[in-house]
Parts: sequence; structure tokens; C-alpha cells
Amino acid sequence: MSRTPLDTVEHAAATPDVELPWAELGLKKDEYERVVEILGRRPTGAELAMYSVMWSEHCSYKSSKVHLRQFGEKAPENDAMLVGIGENAGVVDVGQGYAVTFKVESHNHPSYVEPYQGAATGVGGIVRDIIAMGARPVAVVDPLRFGAADHPDTKRVLPGVVAGIGGYGNCLGLPNIGGEVVFDACYQGNPLVNAGAIGVMRHEDIHLAKASGAGNKVILYGARTGGDGIGGASILASETFDDAKPSKRPAVQVGDPFQEKLLIECTLEAFKEKLVVGIQDLGAAGLSCATSELASNGSGGMRVTLDDVPLRDSTLSPEEILMSESQERMCAVVEPEKVDRFLEICEKWDVIATVIGEVTDGDRLEIYWHGGKIVDVDPRTVAHEGPVYERPYARPSWQDELQADDANKLPRPETSEELKDQVLKLVGSPNQASKSWITSQYDHFVQGNTVLAQPEDSGMIRIDEETGLGVAIATDGNGRYAKLDPYHGAQLALAEAYRNVATTGAKPLAVSDCLNFGSPEDPAVMWQFAEAVRGLADACQQLGTPVTGGNVSLYNQTGEAAIHPTPVVAVLGVIDDVARRTPVAFQEEGQLLYLLGDTREEFGGSAWSQVIHDHLGGLPPKVDLERERLLAEILISASRDGMIDSAHDLSDGGLIQAVVESALLGGKGARLIVPDGLDAFTFLFSESAGRAIVAVPRSEEVRFNDMCGARGLPATRIGVVDGDTVEVQGEFTLTLSELREAHEGTIPALLA
Amino acid sequence: MTARIGVVTFPGSLDDRDTQRAIRLAGAEPVALWHKDKDLKQVDAVVLCGGFSYGDYLRAGAIARFSPVMEPLIEQAKAGLPVLGICNGFQILTEAHLLPGTMLRNNHLHFICRDQKLRVENAETAWTTDYTAGQEIHIPLKNIDGQYVADEHTLDELEAEGRVAFRYVDFNPNGSQRDIAGVTNAAGNVVGLMPHPEHAVEPLIGSGRTDGLPFFTSILKKLVNA
Repeated sequence: MSRTPLDTVEHAAATPDVELPWAELGLKKDEYERVVEILGRRPTGAELAMYSVMWSEHCSYKSSKVHLRQFGEKAPENDAMLVGIGENAGVVDVGQGYAVTFKVESHNHPSYVEPYQGAATGVGGIVRDIIAMGARPVAVVDPLRFGAADHPDTKRVLPGVVAGIGGYGNCLGLPNIGGEVVFDACYQGNPLVNAGAIGVMRHEDIHLAKASGAGNKVILYGARTGGDGIGGASILASETFDDAKPSKRPAVQVGDPFQEKLLIECTLEAFKEKLVVGIQDLGAAGLSCATSELASNGSGGMRVTLDDVPLRDSTLSPEEILMSESQERMCAVVEPEKVDRFLEICEKWDVIATVIGEVTDGDRLEIYWHGGKIVDVDPRTVAHEGPVYERPYARPSWQDELQADDANKLPRPETSEELKDQVLKLVGSPNQASKSWITSQYDHFVQGNTVLAQPEDSGMIRIDEETGLGVAIATDGNGRYAKLDPYHGAQLALAEAYRNVATTGAKPLAVSDCLNFGSPEDPAVMWQFAEAVRGLADACQQLGTPVTGGNVSLYNQTGEAAIHPTPVVAVLGVIDDVARRTPVAFQEEGQLLYLLGDTREEFGGSAWSQVIHDHLGGLPPKVDLERERLLAEILISASRDGMIDSAHDLSDGGLIQAVVESALLGGKGARLIVPDGLDAFTFLFSESAGRAIVAVPRSEEVRFNDMCGARGLPATRIGVVDGDTVEVQGEFTLTLSELREAHEGTIPALLA
Repeated sequence: MTARIGVVTFPGSLDDRDTQRAIRLAGAEPVALWHKDKDLKQVDAVVLCGGFSYGDYLRAGAIARFSPVMEPLIEQAKAGLPVLGICNGFQILTEAHLLPGTMLRNNHLHFICRDQKLRVENAETAWTTDYTAGQEIHIPLKNIDGQYVADEHTLDELEAEGRVAFRYVDFNPNGSQRDIAGVTNAAGNVVGLMPHPEHAVEPLIGSGRTDGLPFFTSILKKLVNA
């Protein structure tokens, strides 16, 4: 066996003609040429490894960057924003000295390949982002999208994903308080596994990913580094460096939630003692990302000795070590006199911690291996100055035809009997059915601060036991709306999440998003992306809720077929006293039901059109953001002043879906009267946005009506909480047990 | 005076802070104990809380049972120190042979989180005197290894001696034999159960009920009156 000489910087300079496998690592020719130009020589193998992962679509946002800028350019003035886009997660001031950090990310591709580990490590990654900001993670949410509910592969993917989220999150001790589960054939080969997390800290505890102060030590702690999660590196390793080693590692990482739990506690303890100058978690691109980002965000350079990285597999090459995405690792920058204490805390928690380098007063990132310098780069060129693409985009030729296929013209139920049948079909359809078979596999009690959890409109966590201060989070997205009109579809996703937060009584503050799309190389997909980002940025500006961070997932596409454009939007809200929260469930018989907002004939992209007609066409519901804002203000005031006892937002499935959910959760029925000017069908199934139903105690009716009247919000009395049936007067009556059977039986029958 | 109640944190313990809160709400003083502690800091009682100690990678509770803190705990529990094991804590107590039986994976093989109805069968243990025998309560349940099993002889003995402390009502969430949710030792000082009383101590939070609080007031009264 012949051993290739170590590819040091010196060696690279002396051997300009050595061919490197840049194409196999996913770099384009011009990108590789740019690396050569930046360095003034060919890169070493290790440098190539770093550039290739950091300049990947996933890490560099090279296709999406030019559009994402709008989130910054159009960001509304918002005093609550403490840390914006660009850090591990955004941070928002929620009052009383508390700050909250939150973010949503995707783990779509790995979850299709290996559902359990893909989903589990998705949770792990987002939680580390939260810890890296200095916060204690307090809750997770999981917006999930799968192929058709009755497709055999869904039965492989969904239970694995759910078990992975549960297996990891439950073991970390994080309550799972929200999210969504949506089925649509368009996600068959590309399930969307998005994961969100919230963390809480005091203002003074905010930490950033930067390495400052020459002489400060760089400490890698957590799990040992293994060969898992290396994508292209295996090719690099087997073709260029050493033939005799294991290669072709699995590309999906393997999670160890126990290790992550220790990492959380040990990191928080180090923060508490103020031992940490800068910190970064190791996620995508592993050490390549952590070292280059820490160094480029700091004031100096960094020198790292790769030999000191604790390994699970001693045969790993330096390139593999740099690219490994082994989970449960973090990198901290610590002043020299505090290193001993930091290592002591790690030891207390049985966490391996090793000094692997130090901050220098130069401006280079230098990495050594076996005494040779194998990386010598300006870290900014790796982390921040990657390629930027202006991908061509064009409105697809089929868009007009799709929009012309008007759902409002579909045949409607002609008799009361037919209407009743369709109600049962709708509330029992996989998308509208109860997801408790799934959510009961997640711990939502742990930490003892959960005020609301799914199926409530938003999850709510108390963050101060004395004052009752709390935060709420809702995630929403509707790929069907976005397919019909990506600009307004994205706005509807925001509007729904915003409304869901307000429905529980919390004031919406800020936004995180996970933008799931097909291939950016398809101009039609790129148009959907551009439109969705523009729509979301415009709407955030108008609602005054800035985007604090998020994630883009592209290439969710099998062959020519892309998923529906699916922007998933998370809205974070704050509530002064969680005792004032409003639940979905009907509380007391005799309370009056009011419909807030305007109901129009809007069925494009609706659940009704999907369930009854398997149809997708027309236009999504009209967006009126000023109305959304007014509705939110009314819901929050009504909650604060004790004027409503339950509330539910109206979205997919329309009013009847909301009434049935509130009735089943509360174990109390409702008598409904179709208001003047509406037909029963439109009343029950329309998906007009900007609406909610509320239950008003009779003693509050006058006050509530006066408030809505004075503010100009249409409020229509539509019935009363009563009995053990849902009755639409003059049309039909369904018992709660009939409804429960339809609503709660579907998912277990398909998946259990 | 009040009572000092220890809460042990093992690596992977999850409900330690929640349990401390429940103890505080009941009016007692929570004392944090660390798994490497070699003494119990003179506490008057101990709670082993829920979680996944050591990741539960071997068998739930099997490794935690050998932690340094367990040595004095086992010794003192045998001498009458009140000990409550919740979920993972219950598993640790069975592994330590302070309580009979063991927990298998739930019969449906899934993690299950729900507000569970229970019947208090024994209201005379150190941890249950603020209930009445036969009282039905709702306590959150959340676990994957919650199926209580023991041999027939042990089960008969437990029944005969009134040592089945709690039973699942209406719905058996995990296939536990004879619907057993929790048991006590013969002396009534060591009690273990799978559901989580510390998650049912405040209105609004968690299940929104306070059905779990009597666990902590029972022990407080016992200790203060002792």
C-alpha cells in the first residue's frame, strides 16, 4: 500500500497540477476556479472539503439569498428584536427582562431515507441552535407533511418520523406543544419534516457565535467525531487520499438524545458561570462550519489542531473530520483562565471536552494535522462569501389554467342529507381528522410549564412562575393555497399562524419560516419561491412581525414533479399572564357563539374541494392583513378582559371543522343558525381568512358586541353552546359520538 | 418546621425541576441530590423523578440503580425513609429491588402521553394519606416502558396485602397486569408509580388539575407530625 503524502498548504502550492475531485464534492467548475483564485493556489484536500460543504446550497443559501434579502430590507420597525437573521436563531424581547429565541428548520431528505434517525436528528439540530444562543430550550413543535394517508409508503415514513421525534424529544425533556400533520400525494417521495424549538433566557445571557480575544481557547465538547453524516467526503477519501480505509459512510446521522440532554445541562451551567465568550453548535458541515463561522464572526483568526479532536473512528482522514456531521457536538470559545472550570463542568456531566485550538490575532483560519498546516484560509471566504446565484425564474405556463379551474363552480350538496354526509366526510378526512394518535406519542407535560399544547390553536408555555408571563407559538402552511398563488399562499400561512397565536390570547411578535420548495434549477419552482418570499416579506412588514431567521429546503422533488410550494411559517407571541389564555374547547353550556369576520364564497384550495372533489384549482382565499390585525387585537383584548371563554380560528375545513373540534374537546355540543345573507353550505365550508369563532358568556355579550362594533369588526351571533349534538338548524343534527367516531377513528385506522 | 425532601438528578433525569416545584407548592423544602452524592444530606424523604436515566439504553433504570447515591438510599429506605419513585424512578426502585415487579415496553410499542384516570387503592402509604381509598384521580402519564409485570404469585401477594397502590381506570394504557399503575412496599414508605403526580399540581398547567398535589402534602404532613 502506498500512502499519499499529506496534502499540506505547502504541498498544494508546490503541486498546482494535482487534480482534485471538486465535481464529486458538488462544486461547479466556476466555483472551484473561484476557490483557486481566492487562495492564489489550488486548495488542499482539507480546504476543498471545507469550501465544498460550506458553499453547498444547504449551507450557503446560494440560490435563495438574493430573495431572502427582502426579509431584512422590508423588516418592520420592531423594538422587540434583539438578534436578527444570521445568527443560530433570532432573539426577541418578551418583557420582564426575558428574551426568547426560536427557529424552524427542515430535515426533509434524511427523514425520507431513514425516517426515525432523520426526524430525531432534526430535533437535535434545532435544539442545539437554541442552546447556542444561550437559552434553555423550553418547547419543540413539529410541522410534518407526508404523502397520501393511505399510501403504503406513508405507513413506513410516518410512524418512523413520529417515533424519531418522540424518541429524541421525549428523552431530552422538551414538551412538544404544536405543529401540524398534513397529507398530500405531492409529498409522497418528499415528506417535509420541519422542526421548531423555543428557548428562554435573560437578556444578559444572549450568546453569539463569534471567536474573539487572541489567546482564547477553542473547546470542542460533546460526542466524539465519527464517520456519520459525511456526504461527498467519502468520495474524497476513497479516491484521493487512502484506498485502504472504510468509506461510503451512511449520509444520515445517528442521534443520541441522552448525550444531547447532557450537552444542554452542561452548556447551561457553563453559561450561568459566564465561562463562554462565543459558541456554535455543530450541525450541517460540522467542524468546517463551526470553525469558519466562529472565526469569521470574531475579531481575529483561529488556529486548530485537528489531531486533538476526539474520534469514534481512528482511521478518519482530516477531510472527513472536517466534514463529519456527527451529532451532539458544540464548540465554545473560552478565556484561558476559565478553561479549567469549563472542563470541570463538562466532566461533571460526563461530557468529553477538548481544547482543539485558539483564537489568534491574525485573520486566517489555520488547521494543522500531524504537524502540517492543511488549511490556511480567510474564514470569511468560506463562511460568508460563497457563490450567489440569480437563478432564472418564470411564471409557469400552467398557472393561468390552474387558476381558471374555479373551485367555486364545483357541484355543491343539494340536500340537507348530502350536506350532513359531507360534514362527516370532511371531519373524518385524514387532514381534518384528530391527530391525537400522533401527538400522544410526544411528551407535552415535561418541565411543568405547558399551558396549551396541540390540538390547541397555538402551543403556550409559561416562562415566569411568579408573574405568569408566557409565550405562544403556532406553525402553519398550506401548500394547496401556495400552489394556486404562491404570493398570497405564503401570506395566508403567515396570517393563519398570526391568527392562531392571537386566538389563544397572545400578542404576535415575530416570525421564523421554513421554506420548502422543489428544484431551484426549474424556473417555475424558482418563481414560486421568489413569489412566496416576496409575499411573506410584504406581509411581515404590514403586520409588524419581523422574520428573525429560518431555513430554506430546496430540491424537494422527485424527477420532474416538485412538491407544492410549501412555506411553513411560525409566529411567536407573548402573553402577560397565562391565566388569561383562551382554549379551543367549549367551556359552558349556554354561552353564545359568535363568528368574527366576513364569510365569502371561497373554496379554491379548500379542504372541501379536496375531500369531496379531489380538486385543486381557482384562487386561494383573499388576504386582508389589516383585517387580520384587527381580529387579533379583538381576540387579545377579549381574552385579557375575560369576555370570551373559548376561541378557535377558522382555516382549512371552514366553520364546521372548528365547531366540531371545539365541541369534541369540550364535550359540549352546539346549536347553529345560518346567518342572514349566507347559504348553509358557504356558512359551513368556506375558508375565508381573517375569521374566528368565540364563545361569549351571556353576561359579557353587550360588552363584547360594543367592542367589536366600536372597532368595526363584523361579529355575527351564530348559535349557542348546548347539548351533546352539533345541530345546524333547518339542516341536520349530528351527535357528538357520531362526530367523535368520524374525527378520531381515521388516523389510528390508517396507521396503528 | 417544614420537611426537606430530596430530588435525585441522574444524567438523563427530566422531571427533577418539576418535582422540586411540586414539593415547594406543597409547602416542603426541595433539596437537590446528585447521582454521585454518597450521602442524602439528611433529607426526610426522597423522590426519584421521571426521565431517561443514562438514556435507558440498557433497560430502564438498570444503570441508575448502581449510582453512588443509591447505596445510602437503599439502606435508608429499608430502614423506613419515605421514597417515591415516579416513572423512571419507579423503574429504578424495581431494579433496586425496593419494589417488586418490573416494567416492560408498552404493549402497543409506542410512547404514550395522556391524562390518565387512576384509582387510589391504598390511602395509607406515606405518600397517599391525603387521598381516600377508592378515590378516582387524573394524573398525566408519559412513557414507553410502562407495562407493569410480575409473576402470578407476587401479584396475588400484592393484592392480598393491599400493596397495589394505584390502578388504571377505564383504559389500561400499556398492558400492565391487573391494571396496576403503582405499588408500595409492605411498610408503606416506598411507593412507585408510572403516572406523574408532579405534573398535576397547578390549575392551568399540564393537565390543568391538581390531583397530584396530595402526594406531596401527604408526605409533608407525615413528616411534620412525626
